Amino acid sequence: MYQLTLAEIARALADKQFSSEELSRSLLARIKQLDPQLNSFITVTEELALEQARAADARRAAGENGALLGAPIGHKDLFCTQDVLTSCASKILQGFKAPYNATVVEKLNAAGTITLGKLNMDEFAMGSANESSHYGAVKNPWDTSRVPGGSSGGSAAAVAARLLPAATGTDTGGSIRQPAALTNLTGIKPTYGRVSRWGMIAYASSLDQGGPLARTAEDCALLLQAMAGFDPKDSTSVEQPVDDYLAALAQPLSGLRIGLPKEYFGAGLDARIGEKVMAVVEELKKLGATVKEISLPNMQHAIPAYYVIAPAEASSNLSRFDGVRFGYRCENPVNLEDLYKRSRGEGFGAEVKRRIMVGTYALSAGYYDAYYLKAQKIRRLIKNDFLKAFNEVDVILGPTTPNLAWKLGEKNADPVSAYLEDIYTITANLAGIPGLSMPAGFVDGLPVGVQLLGNYFQEGRLLNVAHQYQQVSDWHKQTPKGF
Amino acid sequence: MALERSEVEKIAHLARLGLNDDELPSTTTTLNNILGLIDQMQAVDTSGIEPLAHPLEATQRLRADSVTEQNQREAYQAIAPAVENGLYLVPKVIE
Repeated sequence: MYQLTLAEIARALADKQFSSEELSRSLLARIKQLDPQLNSFITVTEELALEQARAADARRAAGENGALLGAPIGHKDLFCTQDVLTSCASKILQGFKAPYNATVVEKLNAAGTITLGKLNMDEFAMGSANESSHYGAVKNPWDTSRVPGGSSGGSAAAVAARLLPAATGTDTGGSIRQPAALTNLTGIKPTYGRVSRWGMIAYASSLDQGGPLARTAEDCALLLQAMAGFDPKDSTSVEQPVDDYLAALAQPLSGLRIGLPKEYFGAGLDARIGEKVMAVVEELKKLGATVKEISLPNMQHAIPAYYVIAPAEASSNLSRFDGVRFGYRCENPVNLEDLYKRSRGEGFGAEVKRRIMVGTYALSAGYYDAYYLKAQKIRRLIKNDFLKAFNEVDVILGPTTPNLAWKLGEKNADPVSAYLEDIYTITANLAGIPGLSMPAGFVDGLPVGVQLLGNYFQEGRLLNVAHQYQQVSDWHKQTPKGF
Repeated sequence: MALERSEVEKIAHLARLGLNDDELPSTTTTLNNILGLIDQMQAVDTSGIEPLAHPLEATQRLRADSVTEQNQREAYQAIAPAVENGLYLVPKVIE
């Protein structure tokens, strides 16, 4: 049962091969048995799951037949879930049971999904290895001595290990696509504003987007269909109808114009990853695509600009964690300033403190023009590169990551070395365009991901290309040994 | 321009982050590494380029001035570290 995709689960539930309650119980047992090796869950919501599963079974018995009705999933632990611990993997949200559901959670609940639990992540989504969690590092099921990527590392590890068919994640600089690549999954970061950010605890508000991680593009389409849409509660939500992603999957690829940015295949890329990516390009050509080289000359400036914009916005967003209204409060504060300083100093981990301080510095008096404004100008240069490229091609294709999954602890001494791992994913967040990562094979038994980038609101096209590739490849069907 | 330890202490104060003395040397080193990365931006020619604040250049939406939220005080205070008579408690601020 645990090998089934969401699409297969929907058919099996409709055919009454098993009930949602049976499926949920079976996966909960699997989580108990196998997750100690991975640490992908922060909270397992067994009671809630069984209650939701029985309700979904009752809806099916009454004649309903939704594509996600009775489908078990998990949520990254930064989506607020009412009366359930929502920790952001931080000590500062110790004991925080959210008083309401995130819009994404509400929409998926309404579609009938079952919440099996809340998934581990980098603290406040700040990281690329899922090692900064207060609840401990997550391990990669393909090699448990290696990282699963981050920040949605718990989501990725749980889905890759078949503890869940799919999960929600968020992506501020690559946090859906990079862990998807390192664990052999398909994951999509939608256009900025496509998925509501309401109830999704903010890291960098002008970059954050929620999206799904799953084993197939078809399952990502199923989930994104339910997650996307205008939300008046999110001031940056886009008021535009959602495309039919499922209908888009079947479109033939003949005439598809693919751009290969030369900057994505230069120094810094593991050549073995480059070969796997080019093999995918050859398959897509057989399906009717044409290929041309393009240039995104400002790509190299994306990481410096990101490490101004994201920490600046984070330093502002995270000021709400002050030990007064919710979460962790230090013992015996002597005055209000001591209360703030010690609650925050003891509650936040090292990486979060670093980014708050970088952001505070960048926004402090006299530095705004040199840092934040400069970064926003570079952001426009990056957007302009993409707009120019999309005049000539339909999708941009390249590696998702420059390297394979690294060993736990390997990059901890030098945070900047881990920042550089996001070189290929970060530009999509700065420009606000959608990006998808899909499996492209293995090197030394470790998964390789290929990234597809599209113009604004071209999620359907990206899912279409990935789905068509998955009809002629079986990388995405490979299961890690021992899971 | 490298930050000195005293500047790091000032930034931590502005951010209301309590740092231990033993955290300061490594924090100073790491912040300087990150600022070194960020300073690569200064080499980019951005003359005549308008800053981009929102990817879709959207502006803030307005809504009708009507009541949309109910009072949730009890639910919100149920998760607070310290409350009394419907008020959040903090250490005394007026002597």
